[in-house]
Order: sequence, then structure tokens, then C-alpha cells
Amino acid sequence: MGDKVSVFRKEHFNAAHRLYNEAWDYSRNEKVFGKCALPNYHGHNYEMEVKVTGEPDKDTGYVIDLKLLSDIIKAEILQRFDHKNLNLDTEEFKNLNPTAENIVVVIYKLLRPYIDSKFDLQVRLYETPRNFVEYPVN
Amino acid sequence: MVYLTRAEHFNAAHKLYNPSWSKEKNDEIFGKCANDNWHGHNYELFVTVKGEPDPDTGFLVDAKKLSVIINQHIIEKLDHRNLNLDVDFMQGKMCSSENLVIEIWDQLRAHLPANVQLHCIKLYETPRIYVEYFGDK
Repeated sequence: MGDKVSVFRKEHFNAAHRLYNEAWDYSRNEKVFGKCALPNYHGHNYEMEVKVTGEPDKDTGYVIDLKLLSDIIKAEILQRFDHKNLNLDTEEFKNLNPTAENIVVVIYKLLRPYIDSKFDLQVRLYETPRNFVEYPVN
Repeated sequence: MVYLTRAEHFNAAHKLYNPSWSKEKNDEIFGKCANDNWHGHNYELFVTVKGEPDPDTGFLVDAKKLSVIINQHIIEKLDHRNLNLDVDFMQGKMCSSENLVIEIWDQLRAHLPANVQLHCIKLYETPRIYVEYFGDK
């Protein structure tokens, strides 16, 4: 067994969203989600760090070509979410509240099929510079 | 003369769309920023004032009081809002960062203590894009 190394690729997208549970009335949404429930949406600069862990390939010295990882993230995540309204413009959040927690799980599931199963994948998502989430947990 | 800067932040939705143009022309000029259903940013706002420190306090302005003024007149109006739809002072204007700093300057100026002058409004739309306004008309 060789040594495992984690490699990371940072990408970002800008999107509008709103936190709102359709099963609740407006006042309960306001109580739970505060300003995040306002009807006309707000938005964030989402920053993501995608971490791939595995043994470097003997021939290339790479765990994964980071340009290739970047292309996968751009095709699967940025194309879907960048400059979009997560609630209105995406299939993934039509019936799922677009909290950072739910977004990071969706991103992981979208990326996982494109990353060789011999590698571990982990995604960290910054909703603001001060609020961030990670999936899966170690 | 001393310069003091207070940093604040707000999260907002917007779009860049000129209603007097066709959808095609808006797409051509503004690209993804013209998306019908908005997109959004974490805006970081830096307000710089200048003047002479008070001899008794050593303060140019109490930074906490400056924060309260910025929050009351700017952040409360912009944070978690849709800049195109929800903000009185952006009505009828293009919601670019350039126009935002000019309007923020005009909104804030009247509410600052008499001993300080507004020097600069600096606004980050993303970590890689920011604008500055020094009040030059």
C-alpha cells in the first residue's frame, strides 16, 4: 500500500436562493428562517473545495489530474448552479430546501459517479466566508 | 488627517437587465448576469471616513457608532434582499456594483457625524471583483 494523498480543487458559483418550507405558513417560515425566507430571494458567492483522496498513480504521480477534476466540477456543478436561482432554475432544489447542508450533499452525489470509486471524495461548501459545511463527514 | 474604515457585509440577489432593451440584447451584454430569476452575491462593504481625531477620545468616530449608522441606513435595506425589487434607492436604476456604491455614498453622507467626511465607498461583489467611489461627480 502506497501513501494516500488528498488533492483539492477550489471552484465558485454565484446563485440566488431562499429558505422556505412550503408545508409551513409564511409566519412559521419567517420565525424559523428569518431574513432567509424573504419572498424575493437573496444570494451568495458559494465557494467549494472538492477533495479527492487516494494513492498517487505510479506513472503520472497524480492522484487525479486537477484540470480534469476542474472540468468535471464545471460541467456538473457550475453549469447547473452558476448565476441561477437555486429554488426556481434547478431540478435538484425544486422540492428540496437549498440550505448549505442540502447543497453540499447534492454536489457530492452529482460528482461521485465521475470520480473513480477507489478514491475518497469530500466536498466543503462555503455559503459565506464564515458559514461552511462539509460532506461526507469523516 | 486620519482615515478610518469600517467593514460590513450583506447578502443579496440581483440581476443586470436593462428593461428598455430586448431579452436578446440583455443576454448579449450581460450574459449569465441577466438570468430572469436572479442570482446573488456575498457583498463586502468598506466605508472609509476621514478627519481629525477628537482630542478627548482619540477617536475620529466611534467605530461602533459608525457601524450602527451603516447598518441602519444601508445594511438593513440591502441584506437578504433583492436589489432590483426591494431597495427604494435602487428603483429604476441598473443594479451594478458601480451604481450601488454611488447610491450608498448618497444615502450615508447625510447621516455621518459633522466632524468626519466620507472618503471612499468600496464594495466587493465577489472576492475577485470590487469597485470604489470617492464622491467624484
